Amino acid sequence: MLPFLVRRLASMVVILALVSLLSFAIIALVPGDPASAFADAGATPAQMERLRHELGLDRPLAEQMAEWYWRVLHGDLGQSILLRRSVTQAIVERLPVTLSLAALAWACAIAGGVLAGTAAAAWHTRWPDQAVMVTALLGLSIPEFWLGLMLILLFAVRWGWFPTGGFVPLDQDPLGWLRSVALPAGALAVTQMGFVARMTRATMLDVLRQDFMRTATAKGLGRRTVLLRHGLANALVPILTVAGIVAGALLGGTVVIEQVFSIPGVGRLVIGGILSRDYPVIQGGLLFVGTVYLVINLVVDILYAAADPRIRLG
Amino acid sequence: MSAAIGLPRMRWRPRLGRGMLIGALLVGFVAIVALAAPVLTPFDPLRSNVRLRLHAPDAAHWFGTDHLGRDVASRVMAGARLSMLIGLCTALATGLCGTAIGAAAGFVRALDNPLMRLMDALMAFPAILLAIAISATLGASVGNVIIALTVATTPHTARIVRASVLVIRELDYVEAARALGMREARVLVRHVLPNALGPLIVRLTYVFATAILAEAALSFIGVGPPPPAPTFGNIIAGGRDFMGEAPWVTLFPGLAVIVSVLGLNLLGDGLRDWLDPRMKS
Repeated sequence: MLPFLVRRLASMVVILALVSLLSFAIIALVPGDPASAFADAGATPAQMERLRHELGLDRPLAEQMAEWYWRVLHGDLGQSILLRRSVTQAIVERLPVTLSLAALAWACAIAGGVLAGTAAAAWHTRWPDQAVMVTALLGLSIPEFWLGLMLILLFAVRWGWFPTGGFVPLDQDPLGWLRSVALPAGALAVTQMGFVARMTRATMLDVLRQDFMRTATAKGLGRRTVLLRHGLANALVPILTVAGIVAGALLGGTVVIEQVFSIPGVGRLVIGGILSRDYPVIQGGLLFVGTVYLVINLVVDILYAAADPRIRLG
Repeated sequence: MSAAIGLPRMRWRPRLGRGMLIGALLVGFVAIVALAAPVLTPFDPLRSNVRLRLHAPDAAHWFGTDHLGRDVASRVMAGARLSMLIGLCTALATGLCGTAIGAAAGFVRALDNPLMRLMDALMAFPAILLAIAISATLGASVGNVIIALTVATTPHTARIVRASVLVIRELDYVEAARALGMREARVLVRHVLPNALGPLIVRLTYVFATAILAEAALSFIGVGPPPPAPTFGNIIAGGRDFMGEAPWVTLFPGLAVIVSVLGLNLLGDGLRDWLDPRMKS
């Protein structure tokens, strides 16, 4: 296991350095002078000069980059221009919001998707299979943000069961939290559930074809035991990868859905930064999200290797 | 074993064919509407008419009117044109970039590691966030949306092309072409790439679908082609503030997105099964 871990960590460090470089480089894409974006806001030439200095734009690129890496290694993502405070702090503050929303959506997507996918494989080619496959495909084809709007329209505006937006912290009022995240988590879960159901079904169909499945049936085990104890148990390792992919996809999903439901999470912070050209927030936000994604992948790979020796020895 | 699986597969085949047919029909329908939009639209998609604000759907305005009195049906048709254009250009650009990078990585050993690590790094960002950041930084326009979406969808495509190239370059007929004295570049273009086309086409169908979904999200956030350009996302965003009184402004463009994306997904699934029967689910 140790050589695998060392190899895996080494490759992650390389990619992380590149992710950091790309996050930094986004400012280079800005046509013309990045500070000029604030000139419209009525900034005087002196203020612009100070802004350029704050952003480090008055120094050579290599020096800017060296400073960026130095700061990042110390966990300092710089100062937001508009919020006038540390980007790291702003992200850390909003993290529980996004995390609690994503976790709920993740759990719903995995539970619902695995259940539906298993049912589809168990009744392969019959109506439950077709119903699941059609629903899953439909789920994959719906824009999350539009589904969110439709859920608001029905459940919040028309029937008034849920608030139209906003967020209640989990530790303040668990029930209020659930009400505030139910719709956004639902919108996120539907799309991901379609993906999980399709993957679970494909994996289960592969497993069901294995010899040991026939053996299990032949030795007289009940259909449920065969399906769940022998079938699903062996499909769980590939489903682990799917769970990781879903977690990664939810990183992007929450960004948009937080916008729809006015949820003050990391996604809203980053989008706000992007729309107002607050470069430290954009750079720090990108780096943060990219790092979380890499860590999720690392965890999945380690779990995978722990479950399947062929991976860590390969 | 083969008899045991053979039976259900035989039964399954016509249904998959049907899925692909439905997909082709849906995509064909959207494509025709998109192409003929300038002739088909009953009203000017950009002309507002204050007296017809938030008018419910009726015989004249099939999908109703929005808060400026613009005909939603005409805007959705014009939106199909713009969204399909963005989707198609993104798929083509991704095909070119993905093939170039994937082929270089799979064929030139020295380039493999640096190129693929860069792709890994790009893939660490959620595609939609990367597209939003690039589009907003470059400035909102149709061209920049295509660039942003291409950057976001190329890494995965490059990885797929590279995987195919790695397998194909070891095959006997490639060896034979080399033994006949064919130059490497020619081997790549004449023998390796054409045989890597299948998975690429399937991937590009999904890229097309993803691009339509992402374009809608980008426009909705406000970093797509700027309003009043009729894109699906812009129409949805415009109807958002009037959802209670005029749900049709948000409803219909969303359904149009679903029809387009569903068609492309069905087509992609069908192509995948047709090109590689082993993948048949």
